[in-house]
Amino acid sequence: MSGPDSGHRAMTPRDLTSPDSAELAERARSWRSAYVHIPFCRRRCPYCDFAVVTPEEGGEPDRWARYVDALLSEMSMGEAWEPLDAVSFGGGTPSRLPPDELERLVEGLRERCGVQDGAEVSLEANPEDWTPEYASAVAAAGFNRVSLGAQSFDSAVLESLGRRHSASDTEAAVEAARAVGFTTVNIDLIYGTPGESMASWADSVQRALAAEPDHLSAYALTVERGTALSRAVASGAPAPDPDDQADKYEYLRAAGSVAGLVRYEVSNWAMVGHACRYNLATWAQGDYLGFGLGAHSHREGMRRRNVRRLDVYLDRVERGGLPEAGRERLTKREREHERLFLGLRRAAGAVVGSAGEALLASDAGRRLLEAEVIGVGDGRLRVLRPLLTDAVLRELPSRP
Amino acid sequence: MLDPLQAPMTDHARIRNFSIIAHIDHGKSTLADRLLERTGAIAQRDMREQVLDTMDLERERGITIKANAVRLEYLAADGKSYVLNLIDTPGHVDFSYEVSRSLEACEGALLLVDASQGVEAQTLANAYLAIEEGLEVIPVLNKIDLPAAELERVEAEMIGILGGESKDVMRVSAKTGEGVADLLEAIVHRLPPPAGVATGPTRALVFDSYYDSYRGVVCNVRIVDGVLRRGEEVRFMATGIQATVDEVGVRRPAPVPVAALGPGEVGYLITGIKEIELVRVGDTVTATSRPAPRPLTGYREPKPMVYSGLFPTDGDDFERLREALDKLRLNDSSLVYQAETSRALGFGFRCGFLGLLHMEIVRERLEREYDLDLVATAPSVEYRAHLTDGGEVAVRSPQDLPEARRLDSISEPIVRAMIITPREYVGTVMELVQQRRGQMGEMTYLTPERVELHYRIPLAEIVFDFFDQLKSRTRGYASLDYEPADYQRAALVRVDILLNEVPVDAFSSIVHSDRAFRRGKAMVERLRELIPRQLFDVPVQAAVGGRVIARETIKAKRKDVLAKCYGGDVTRKRKLIERQKAGKKRMKMVGQVEVPQEAFIAALRIDE
Repeated sequence: MSGPDSGHRAMTPRDLTSPDSAELAERARSWRSAYVHIPFCRRRCPYCDFAVVTPEEGGEPDRWARYVDALLSEMSMGEAWEPLDAVSFGGGTPSRLPPDELERLVEGLRERCGVQDGAEVSLEANPEDWTPEYASAVAAAGFNRVSLGAQSFDSAVLESLGRRHSASDTEAAVEAARAVGFTTVNIDLIYGTPGESMASWADSVQRALAAEPDHLSAYALTVERGTALSRAVASGAPAPDPDDQADKYEYLRAAGSVAGLVRYEVSNWAMVGHACRYNLATWAQGDYLGFGLGAHSHREGMRRRNVRRLDVYLDRVERGGLPEAGRERLTKREREHERLFLGLRRAAGAVVGSAGEALLASDAGRRLLEAEVIGVGDGRLRVLRPLLTDAVLRELPSRP
Repeated sequence: MLDPLQAPMTDHARIRNFSIIAHIDHGKSTLADRLLERTGAIAQRDMREQVLDTMDLERERGITIKANAVRLEYLAADGKSYVLNLIDTPGHVDFSYEVSRSLEACEGALLLVDASQGVEAQTLANAYLAIEEGLEVIPVLNKIDLPAAELERVEAEMIGILGGESKDVMRVSAKTGEGVADLLEAIVHRLPPPAGVATGPTRALVFDSYYDSYRGVVCNVRIVDGVLRRGEEVRFMATGIQATVDEVGVRRPAPVPVAALGPGEVGYLITGIKEIELVRVGDTVTATSRPAPRPLTGYREPKPMVYSGLFPTDGDDFERLREALDKLRLNDSSLVYQAETSRALGFGFRCGFLGLLHMEIVRERLEREYDLDLVATAPSVEYRAHLTDGGEVAVRSPQDLPEARRLDSISEPIVRAMIITPREYVGTVMELVQQRRGQMGEMTYLTPERVELHYRIPLAEIVFDFFDQLKSRTRGYASLDYEPADYQRAALVRVDILLNEVPVDAFSSIVHSDRAFRRGKAMVERLRELIPRQLFDVPVQAAVGGRVIARETIKAKRKDVLAKCYGGDVTRKRKLIERQKAGKKRMKMVGQVEVPQEAFIAALRIDE
């Protein structure tokens, strides 16, 4: 890990492979990773449909330690595993937890699986939580990547997204992460919020790029079922406009490439050496363990999911049981279908394989090829227009 | 209990055959339920609503499609027992031929009118039909328990139509049963018994038939003269087919076999016949040993009024569609179809229907009972194309229209329409009918408040949305009935729709030239809304004879991707995509363009 005075970007990238390379995309399949869900939030953002618990819903600080204990119990169940290549703390808001609680959890993972030297250990943080002191303590707890939920640099947009921080909080947070030597700093953006102008978006992009992040994730605002946003839209509030979102996406594509960021997935950009391992492993159908509320695990075609309610989770784990809510075992054919379903989101695409052959042999596949929505080269199938990825996925034969 | 097979035939003086004439929702099925209950034909505990409507669709839509008959045993106040045969009839204008056959099987009818609504055109048309057939009609006011009932006004209307006095109008609530006992007495005393003699030639009217997979064709019959006995040989006079009577019986409402049906009786007849085409509604059955010299009056081929193409969304389902149509026809001899090919839609069938309701019912049954996904093309009437060489061609699909240089003129079917409306809507109705190229005929005041209007209107103007328009412009008060009149020349043109520069035959329509522009414009605008954005810009054009009259563009879609897909929701996202994919199956590829079925359906309901 580089020292505080080593400049803006980590000087020793972990891997000099381009984020969008096929080699990296395939190598990720062998990585092992773990996800830890921290559900606590000050309040629920109107667009969010994750497993979140606000203080009013029983997520008061006095419950945090109990939840961490439960997570540690869950980690101690099940067989030992090989050392992890990537660890991701998501939420909710992991940065609500005190650093010593985070440290206990990293320790728990070390005990269960071990963590490889040089592994990516990441957490999501809200800019307003990410003070220099906090950043320093989190780095000491073993984290080397932070994902800052900036969303926008426009105060009006931040307000309509229900966010409490300001643009300068985000800029200060990036500085704080740099100062304590985080290897990778990611900025999360949301585009296409109704009311956000193109100029506002361009400004957000430019300010995000000026902060020189190693990684950038940009998500189109999506109306998820059951959220406050979906209720508002249902009662007449403006919905995100896909054409507006397409324009904004194209702007970011151009600006990101000028800044040297490589797009390696539909919504993700990275500098060389900074592609997110945890996500790459997911898109490569790698194995991962998930701990906590609503967390998912994947082991060789078996996908499991945990319960989403805090009281149920605590109750189950404290009584020594697994908090599993359901599972599905994929057949060989389903796994092959899923290989493309996930893999085609990457710029590197996926090996054609039997699912790809079936697509290319279909009328729909030929039309997509003709319209240059997809392309084939080096034995790989790629989506050439990432914004139309789902139009491609819908044509994948279910039984390749 | 006496073995029914040994029971003597009923003395015809103790028989009353009647139907109930009523508009949809005026309570016919409920009244029938009540009559069944009161006469003990059905125990109260076995009672469910709409006992006589056996098809799911009938129950859901609250309508009667098939005629049905039930025999009620009624012990009257005079201490004598009577047989009351209730012959249920369809209530919709599409099925007026079935109605006329059912009425012919009766001596009397109850004219049932909702006291909160008043007389409707279809009811009136059927009441006139009943009077013409010489039936005794008992006016019955229903729903007298409703606070909105306007007893005096509606009673005055009924007297205006039928004559008679206030005391002749029966008042009932089928729902509560109030007045039903008096009504049963009125049926016995006011309706005449059937005439007819047991000796001599046999003549029985087939007023309904259906196919039963175990028994073959089952006919509902009314014996007019003579006797129909189990085991004897009979002949269907219209088709000439001969068969042996396997079983005759009555419905109470469960079928009960009897040895013979005598004059005036209503029951069912089963022969060995398996093909429904050979047993037609309206035909006369006679005994070969006592043949009738002439059939009863009035058999006619059911004549389709509306044609539409039905195409499977998935081309592989063509054979399944054929089998399904073959099976449906077993119970619906008015359904006609022949295979046709559409450039846009592939292989399918051009089907003839009695009307739009009939068409919807058939389509719904095909989709529901036979699990088919179908695209229906815009309904068309049968035009006649007059050729320059003096020839004439029937045009049942816009595609059949001969090319311009061979075409001299086109004529279209005209109907005689009757509309009943409250006086305050007369102006509105006239305006609507004028827009639809109607020519006004007589206008009669049924009461100072209700007016009966007569028109000649092109059928094509009625089959689309006329009825909906009429209802909405008169707040539901006006009602409509019509019958075919003749053919008349008109300035008609075919409006073609081009999708991505390619004509889509399924969207073509024949319209009056004055309306071509509006139709074309409305069609392209509607299609632009209904067809989802594709991977490329899709021009939608309307053209008449190769000249483009309207154009819209469906802009290429630019964004179709879920922003996030991370480890936590792989399963969920995959299921979401699978659901969307299943939705796509209801799309039809037209050239390079995916067109949802709704687009084909909505194209029929175009509001210009």
